[in-house]
Amino acid sequence: MKTILLSLMIGLIFGSSALAADPPAKPTAQAGAVASTQTPPVAGTPAPLLATQNNPGTPAVKAAAMPKKMQTNRGFTISMFLVIIAATGGIVVWASKSTSTAADYYAAGGGISGMQNGWAIAGDFLSAATFLGITGLMSLFGPDGFMYSVGIIISFLTILLIIAEPCRNAGKYTLGDILAFRSSSKTVRAVASLSAVVVSIFYLLGQMVGAGKLMQLLLGIPYKASIIGVGALIIVYVALGGMKATTWVQIIKAALLMFTGLVLSIAILWKFGFNLLSFFDSVAASQAIQDHVRGVMKHPSAEPGFDYGQRFLELGLFFKNPLDQISLGLAWILGAAGLPHVMMRFFTVPNAKEARKSVVVSMFLIGAFLIMVSFLGFGAALYVTPQQITALDKGGNMAGLMIAQYVGGGAGTFAGDLLLAFVCAVAFATILAVVSGLVLASSAAIAHDLYVNVIKGGKADQGTQIKVARVASFFVGAIAIVLGIACENLNIAQLVGLALAVVASANFPVLIFALFWKRFNSAGIITGLVVGTVVTIAVLMVSPNMTYPKKIAADAQKIILAMEKKQAEGAVLAEKDLKALEKARVDYAQNKNGTSLVGLDAPLFPLKNPGIVSVPVGFLVTIVATLLFRNRREEEMFEELFVRQTTGYGVAKAAKH
Amino acid sequence: MTETNINWVAIASHPKFVELHRAKMRFLVGLWVVGATSYFLLLIGAITAPGLFNTKIIGRLNFGYLFCLFQFVLSWAIAIYYTRKSNKEFDPLTKELVDLIIEEKFQ
Repeated sequence: MKTILLSLMIGLIFGSSALAADPPAKPTAQAGAVASTQTPPVAGTPAPLLATQNNPGTPAVKAAAMPKKMQTNRGFTISMFLVIIAATGGIVVWASKSTSTAADYYAAGGGISGMQNGWAIAGDFLSAATFLGITGLMSLFGPDGFMYSVGIIISFLTILLIIAEPCRNAGKYTLGDILAFRSSSKTVRAVASLSAVVVSIFYLLGQMVGAGKLMQLLLGIPYKASIIGVGALIIVYVALGGMKATTWVQIIKAALLMFTGLVLSIAILWKFGFNLLSFFDSVAASQAIQDHVRGVMKHPSAEPGFDYGQRFLELGLFFKNPLDQISLGLAWILGAAGLPHVMMRFFTVPNAKEARKSVVVSMFLIGAFLIMVSFLGFGAALYVTPQQITALDKGGNMAGLMIAQYVGGGAGTFAGDLLLAFVCAVAFATILAVVSGLVLASSAAIAHDLYVNVIKGGKADQGTQIKVARVASFFVGAIAIVLGIACENLNIAQLVGLALAVVASANFPVLIFALFWKRFNSAGIITGLVVGTVVTIAVLMVSPNMTYPKKIAADAQKIILAMEKKQAEGAVLAEKDLKALEKARVDYAQNKNGTSLVGLDAPLFPLKNPGIVSVPVGFLVTIVATLLFRNRREEEMFEELFVRQTTGYGVAKAAKH
Repeated sequence: MTETNINWVAIASHPKFVELHRAKMRFLVGLWVVGATSYFLLLIGAITAPGLFNTKIIGRLNFGYLFCLFQFVLSWAIAIYYTRKSNKEFDPLTKELVDLIIEEKFQ
């Protein structure tokens, strides 16, 4: 088994390097050809990792002669990447030696301590989107990015107070275990498993697409090759090392990330003697930032007396709609708690007390990191300037890397390049760790819920269970690679946001009722999971997140009219304007008769985040279905589950099996 | 997994169990509501009450930014408070209950 996988990995890595040798796939031709379907209007340019929740309009600052590519020292960067791969690979080989039972594979035998699990949860949760995306958002829109960070830390309150201990007490490896406790229905297991896979894949896609874009920008490796390379590595890690390897990769990555945040924050605040007040004074006094804010606010010329620098330090530059805010808040506070890969982490500790400790540890780590990220964001705005950041990437995703290079001494200097290479490698480790957790969660859902409990009726020996889990992780990884390549132009934030919204509307209500409501039953579980998921996706399909060709056509028409007016007035258009006119005409012709993916001219639902509708609907249908189809037997089973989840009776036994 | 020789209904209605569950729920839900309320106040207030949120408190630091920071402090405080309360009150009660279950099992 292991040798097969190893040779597969070698094959895939060689395959990807062969691809890397090819010239990058022609993004321009592609962009022109498919612009009419569902690709965003700026196909070809990297989609932001986190931005565009409320599209504030592209910052009006026009970059003239800005660098289009990150100046990296490839020698440094590649060596750092190799160090990361070697270190994590070593862990995988070590972990694979002590993985012999299903409990080892899914839950590291329940032998992870609360402290270790806390670091691992931090490693699981702090994705590249958090690190690079929030830094970027803050470097462009000030503390609105910080509100995102608050969502993350608050979501941990739900995990700590409501989810962690009962889950540890009542579950074994997956969400399916808890849901199927009272119900012997195979449909419940199957639906739970499918739901976990769907959610994980959405979340995973966001990470994979982000990884591909990152490697493309950093190392100049073509998108496809990056996806294949990352996917292949992760398949090997998860298939061989299981939960133990995944845990240690996450712990090391969390440590690297904390170290990075600390070094960069100290470097940024050093100059100000760690005086936050004078740091923010400098930020507000920066001419570049003031110009940028004026652009974002669409003021054609500076309004006299308006303090653009102070505006940068105020909230509401990026988020504009309070209903959308509530919607997003619901997705965070309820969604994060039910993410399959996060829930799974609680099955790795021996008891509820350790589960609690692990959440508390992770809250301090994650909170500290997010506060450090806020300094990186403001520091990037101050030193690198928003104009330079958007010149490299419109969503600001490169801000975290640019500030690293800056504090090291800038491009071309030894320390600057070294620090940049280090931070790139940390970002890479982050992607490996987060995606490993997701692939493991999906393969657990397929192998443990679907294969062992549905197909085999709970009867499968340890060897078979592990084998099936390894095969499942191979397929999940392969699917992730294929979809990652297919979704190159999808907006990453949408995918991660969609995953959170689905969990908040489907998995969370079902989980809460399963743990705390006596009358809850199979009908409620199945209806809740299916309807919650479908409704969330449906609302998203008719929301402004989709591409509406008529809107693109209307925008293009505006440009055409403006340009033609100029021409009519006798002005000679510059080459840039002529190109824009040509592009607008093409856009108009391609989009004027188009409709969105579901055949709409304009969005039916006004908000970007579906939570405010889908969460209440999810709860409601779950309750209604439960009441309509009463099941006495499942109600009678409630006391046992209830006593177990409250007291933890029988847990130690379950973990050792 | 199911153990039929234990009378789960009897344990679930045992005064000690009822007491533990009630105390825990009141405490946990209460804390959660505090955290959630402050979070939504931030999300909504940031947009609907710019006057308050943009008020400078110290130097250039405004209320909105400090409120964000406060959320971190609040979350950490809740985490510590909960840990203390559990170690002191809930865990000993839980242990008593588990002993009770084991006793019952071997009767």
